[in-house]
Amino acid sequence: MEKSIRERLLPILEANQGHKESLIPVLQKVQGELGYLPEESLSEIAHFLGLSSSEIFGVASFYAQFRFERQGEHTIKVCQGTACHVRGAKRIMEAVAQELNVEPGGTTADYKFSLEQVACFGCCALAPVLVIDGQVHGRMTTSGARKVLEDY
Amino acid sequence: MTFDERRKQAISDWEALQQSDKPHILVGMATCGRAAGAAAVLATIKEELARLGIEALITEVGCIGMCYAEPLVDIIKPGRPRISYGNLTPETVKQLIEEYLVNDNPRPDLAMGTIGEGSVEGIPELAELPIMKPQVRISLRNCGHIDPADINQYIANGGYSGLIRALKMTQKEVIDEVSKSGLRGRGGAGAFTGFKWERLWEQPGDVKYLICNADEGDPGAFMDRSLLEGDPHSVLEGMLIGAYATGSSHGYIYCRAEYPLAIQRLETALKQMEEYNLIGDNILGTDLSFNLEIKEGAGAFVCGEETALMMSIEGKRGMPRPRPPFPAQSGLWGKPSNVNNVETWANVSAIFQRDAEWYAQYGTESSKGTKTFALAGKVVRTGLVEVPMGITVGDIIYEVGGGIVNNKEFRAVLTGGPSGGCLPASKLNLPVDYDSLTQAGTIMGSGGFVVADEDTCMVDMARYFLSFTQDESCGKCVPCRVGTRHMLDILERITRGEGQPSDIDLLERLATTIKSTSLCQLGGTAPNPVLTTLRYFREEYEEHIVEKRCRALACTELIKFFILPDKCQGCMICLRNCPVDAIIGDRRMVHIVDQEKCIKCGTCMDVCPDRFSAVVKVSAEEIEVPSEPIPVTASRPATKKEDAGETATND
Ligand SMILES: Cc1cc2nc3c(=O)[nH]c(=O)nc-3n(C[C@H](O)[C@H](O)[C@H](O)COP(=O)(O)O)c2cc1C
Ligand code: FES
Repeated sequence: MEKSIRERLLPILEANQGHKESLIPVLQKVQGELGYLPEESLSEIAHFLGLSSSEIFGVASFYAQFRFERQGEHTIKVCQGTACHVRGAKRIMEAVAQELNVEPGGTTADYKFSLEQVACFGCCALAPVLVIDGQVHGRMTTSGARKVLEDY
Repeated sequence: MTFDERRKQAISDWEALQQSDKPHILVGMATCGRAAGAAAVLATIKEELARLGIEALITEVGCIGMCYAEPLVDIIKPGRPRISYGNLTPETVKQLIEEYLVNDNPRPDLAMGTIGEGSVEGIPELAELPIMKPQVRISLRNCGHIDPADINQYIANGGYSGLIRALKMTQKEVIDEVSKSGLRGRGGAGAFTGFKWERLWEQPGDVKYLICNADEGDPGAFMDRSLLEGDPHSVLEGMLIGAYATGSSHGYIYCRAEYPLAIQRLETALKQMEEYNLIGDNILGTDLSFNLEIKEGAGAFVCGEETALMMSIEGKRGMPRPRPPFPAQSGLWGKPSNVNNVETWANVSAIFQRDAEWYAQYGTESSKGTKTFALAGKVVRTGLVEVPMGITVGDIIYEVGGGIVNNKEFRAVLTGGPSGGCLPASKLNLPVDYDSLTQAGTIMGSGGFVVADEDTCMVDMARYFLSFTQDESCGKCVPCRVGTRHMLDILERITRGEGQPSDIDLLERLATTIKSTSLCQLGGTAPNPVLTTLRYFREEYEEHIVEKRCRALACTELIKFFILPDKCQGCMICLRNCPVDAIIGDRRMVHIVDQEKCIKCGTCMDVCPDRFSAVVKVSAEEIEVPSEPIPVTASRPATKKEDAGETATND
């Protein structure tokens, strides 16, 4: 039987019980476990840390890292940092968006891919850069990006 | 074991490694190397060694800075100098291993240069190459040379000797040494590090915090990542020296989430420090106690600003607050605190491993030492270079960087990221130091150096930066939240060809107001890219507004694609590749772009075979084409292999 959200989060939450200052690392761990932050998880966190749900949402919504909707199986991040921008990152993003038929920030209908834009991976020397599930691909071209996607 | 015994052991292990009778192979496995395919190269090396039955030592090192030539592999064959190889692929490295290690052919065609003593025919000395010659590697001293996951290799190369020297001085002497070195913060503002430390030292109380700012928010800068991945102990040693000098008991490293490898390296380093009694209570048997925690950022540019960063460590929304009180008076959890940048900390450990006079011999009167620049964009040799302050902008781009890709025309260099500005060709002789850059309207920032060529529109660049800062504005103060929105709207309007002649004036007025009234330096510097482009590239704004023309052919709304009837061969390639079916035509019939349908993605231009070059991109210009497809009249150029070369980089 599948574990409930509460059961899955218990180890993370118990270790941080009452530690309001650990909110951000807790959110990161919860998102790591669930892939995103469903509403139920926010109330669980609120309960264990001793904060209100709205305080938690206030913090979580401030940071770009946190997601409130279910994500795709694979996350594709296309860098739109300055170096990548100068090297044609916009076209890489357009090509990927077109290939997967999804807008930046969205998830494909079959929940296979989520597409995000990110402001720099520190691989600017190999711009433009695309990252799939943490794997960095440098010196991208529109055709190269399509080819990378074929492996998934 | 005492630290001294460990040090002696580390040195003898290091010497044994250098004199090993087995080949020693160093593979650049920083994130940039991996992005270029270093993992596949490493796997091939291991396979080949096994296949050939060769026993060799392999070390995964950080980045030496020549990112343009990644993947990089160095081979030290017993009795031979170390040779650095670049641009390797699994195929070429396979040949290299067999030919060099078995047949003793060092393959000069694949080599970049030799490192250290001795020479090899046909291979230059790496230190003599234009990218290396002007460099003085102080903060990057170990990057690419040691195993960042092995504290012993750091110790064998002088590591932690700076801490030991500092511990023999009084706190005040340590601070004076930092002041004497002239070191200024490498995180952007250029505050004197010694001055900041002294403010923290004078505060009473025994709970004080030291923070390492590894948020590296400038998109286009990557020296902090490279340092943490390639030599984490140089940063950590700097923090220990700072902890001793200022009387801090606890520290944080705030690292951006996009740098997982850097975080991993830091975690490994901290574990080893624990083992060596270099962290925790009574460090090396002295009264110094210091604990250090890593905090992962959560994707907010403004958290690089020190007061926002401290809010974020406290688990809150990362909003800056006005100063005073300064962090030294009331910082993290309301306690005296000090924030320094990654590169600043790495310079501190270097200064104590040598001394302040040695450090201060480099650089200019007001900007001492060296600075690492991240060369990126349309420059030939992209990577990290550490040069003495005072070198000119032009020398960095042309001497070190090798000039512009494809010999295109230099348009601007973007320094200091979204808070910086764009310098034109007339500023190529500008010396790079804190004050000269500020005078020219930009800032040193973290050392990002993104080069733009003739294909980059400077109005679009200003729009790009403003959309970045507007997106990242935390929303706390009105000038930044609302003002940057207005500026962005105007810039978007201009790049769409809907600008008004009065817009330039309006932009300038908004910029001045936002600069002087914003709460923090995010808003205070956000208008810089607009102000510098207005100062140096005003005519480009005027062209967009008056002629509706974009000379760089970059603003989508101001360009059109045409297929030249006298060049089109009717080959159908562009027609088939057009994502919106905006091209009409037939085999051996001249193709025509339907301007109503065209989304200006440029695919047709990319896929049109080079020998036809029938697609052109123009701005504020019309080209006469037939109203419907007509038979091809152009003579067919001699056939080469059909090349449907697609590039994203217009180069
Ligand atoms: C919007 C904004 C973003 C900043 N981002 C960074 C950053 O990513 N890294 C950094 O070291 N400093 C950043 N700073 C500067 C810090 O506020 C602070 O001055 C610096 O970390 C102090 O270290 P230093 O004295 O060693 O330079 C930023 C400042 C502002 C206003
Ligand atoms: S700008 Fe894209 S990786 Fe830095």
